Amino acid sequence: METSPQHNLEGRDLAASLNSASVKFGDLTALRDITLDIDRGDFWTILGPSGCGKSTMLRLVSDLVPPASGSVEILGKSTEAARLAREFAFVFQDATLLPWRSALKNVELPLEVGRKRGVEVPHGDRTPLELLELVGLKGREDALPHELSGGMRQRVAIARSLVCQPKLLLMDEPFGALDEMTRDHLNLQLLDIWKETGTTILFVTHSIPEAVFLGQKVLMLMAHPGRVKDVVDIELPMPRQIAMREQPEFNKYCGKLRKLLEEC
Amino acid sequence: MTIVEADSAKADEPEADSKKPSSDRFNNIAIPVGTAIALLVIWQAGVRIFGVPQYIAPAPTDVMGVFASEFPLLMRNFWPTFIEALTGFFVGNMLAVLIAVAFVHSKFVEKAFFPIAVFINTIPILAIAPILVLIFGPGMTAKVVIAALICFFPTLVNMVRGLQSVSPQTLELARILSASKSEIFWKIRLPSSLPFLFSALKIAATTCVIGAIVGEWIGANVGLGALIIESTFNFRSPLLYATVFMSSGLSVLLFASVSIAERLIVRW
Ligand SMILES: Nc1ncnc2c1ncn2[C@@H]1O[C@H](COP(=O)(O)OP(=O)(O)O)[C@@H](O)[C@H]1O
Ligand SMILES: [Mg+2]
Repeated sequence: METSPQHNLEGRDLAASLNSASVKFGDLTALRDITLDIDRGDFWTILGPSGCGKSTMLRLVSDLVPPASGSVEILGKSTEAARLAREFAFVFQDATLLPWRSALKNVELPLEVGRKRGVEVPHGDRTPLELLELVGLKGREDALPHELSGGMRQRVAIARSLVCQPKLLLMDEPFGALDEMTRDHLNLQLLDIWKETGTTILFVTHSIPEAVFLGQKVLMLMAHPGRVKDVVDIELPMPRQIAMREQPEFNKYCGKLRKLLEEC
Repeated sequence: MTIVEADSAKADEPEADSKKPSSDRFNNIAIPVGTAIALLVIWQAGVRIFGVPQYIAPAPTDVMGVFASEFPLLMRNFWPTFIEALTGFFVGNMLAVLIAVAFVHSKFVEKAFFPIAVFINTIPILAIAPILVLIFGPGMTAKVVIAALICFFPTLVNMVRGLQSVSPQTLELARILSASKSEIFWKIRLPSSLPFLFSALKIAATTCVIGAIVGEWIGANVGLGALIIESTFNFRSPLLYATVFMSSGLSVLLFASVSIAERLIVRW
């Protein structure tokens, strides 16, 4: 890991910090007064009723929507500066691969674009080929997306997100459309990647067990308008294992979050 | 450094390709060919049994005979039509693609010119053809223009749809990567539009032949269209039928070329 999470207030190494940030779409207030500090290296999962602004929060952090008020900083920079420096990457629910490009060519996309906009494209420590190997797709680099299963496509998308070695990884229900087995497998793989790369992860999900299994912290949002309901620390030991989900402690967290979700 | 073992991906293997048995493929060709032969035999028998005069409906063997005896004449008239259709195909589609690109990049250009394009499309090609022959004279130009015109609109509409077919999420990805407008165009929009473009080109491959032939009906001394008119008025029905088959052969040739190009280019 690059940096270990520090919880002392002075000299905190923040990956992202939101300062009473709000987002409006016309008359609709999608997010109101979000204040949040995310330490570098942490794994956050985000839960909340559907339509409460989870995606909007990730899009706010990734400079896709501007704050109506308040501010957002990534690694002490503006979101635009962070975008131009490729400090963060985004993984969508849909893999959003370009169907005419092979798996490898899709992973290389971030290295090919953006220079005209003055982006300094950082090449990560790993080559695109090594990243495909990291996500378990060695030997499939020439396959076109339609030749891959949903889970494989999502793994290509994860490899693509890692190619510039982002310090912050934003994931919007990346495994939401996958079957249970594939999802379990990719959850474990993501935890490995997180440990390997030391990146910070913000992971939106609508599954309570997934949020507990992956996260060190669970951010619960509530709706109309989107606000922070609570932040729950998950004190289960790392590395997480599938068997942990049978443990009473795991289920205690799930129960607690379910109750919180009902109150939203 | 690999985190995942080689055999851990069992859960999400793609479904195996369903390979068609070869007997299926044989049937796909044999059934339509057999039907066509049967129809020709019925036609031949019908004409002979009922003693239909040749100028009303020639027997298939008469038509085949003309193919052999008048082959040089047919080819002499084939080439001009081929050139007109092909040139019209390229000119019309090229213009359609360029204008589609302009539409997608500028709402103003689209607002200004799309109604005009729709208006031109509503004029029946048979009505506008004489005007074009008057303007461009009896040479090839008028036929090329008619062929181009007939290709233009379907390609314009499809190409605009194709260029706009990029999903909002893909555009968000491009924005997160800080891609420039030209990068988005060349790396995302244009490739996305290719399947749409090819379905328009397949339509154009047959309509451009219609355009060239319609142009030749109105004023030409060479070309398959001119030969159709001439053989009709001279009651040379076997020659007329042979010319019609030549025309549809030309359409098939162009259509097959576009289909092959599509298969080579659109592999996703
Ligand atoms: N581009 C947009 N324009 C207008 N309203 C939007 C837009 N994006 C999201 N919203 C609205 O903002 C709210 C939050 O949406 P979203 O962040 O997608 O919710 P979630 O991801 O939690 O399901 C919803 O009410 C949604 O309708
Ligand atoms: Mg969402």
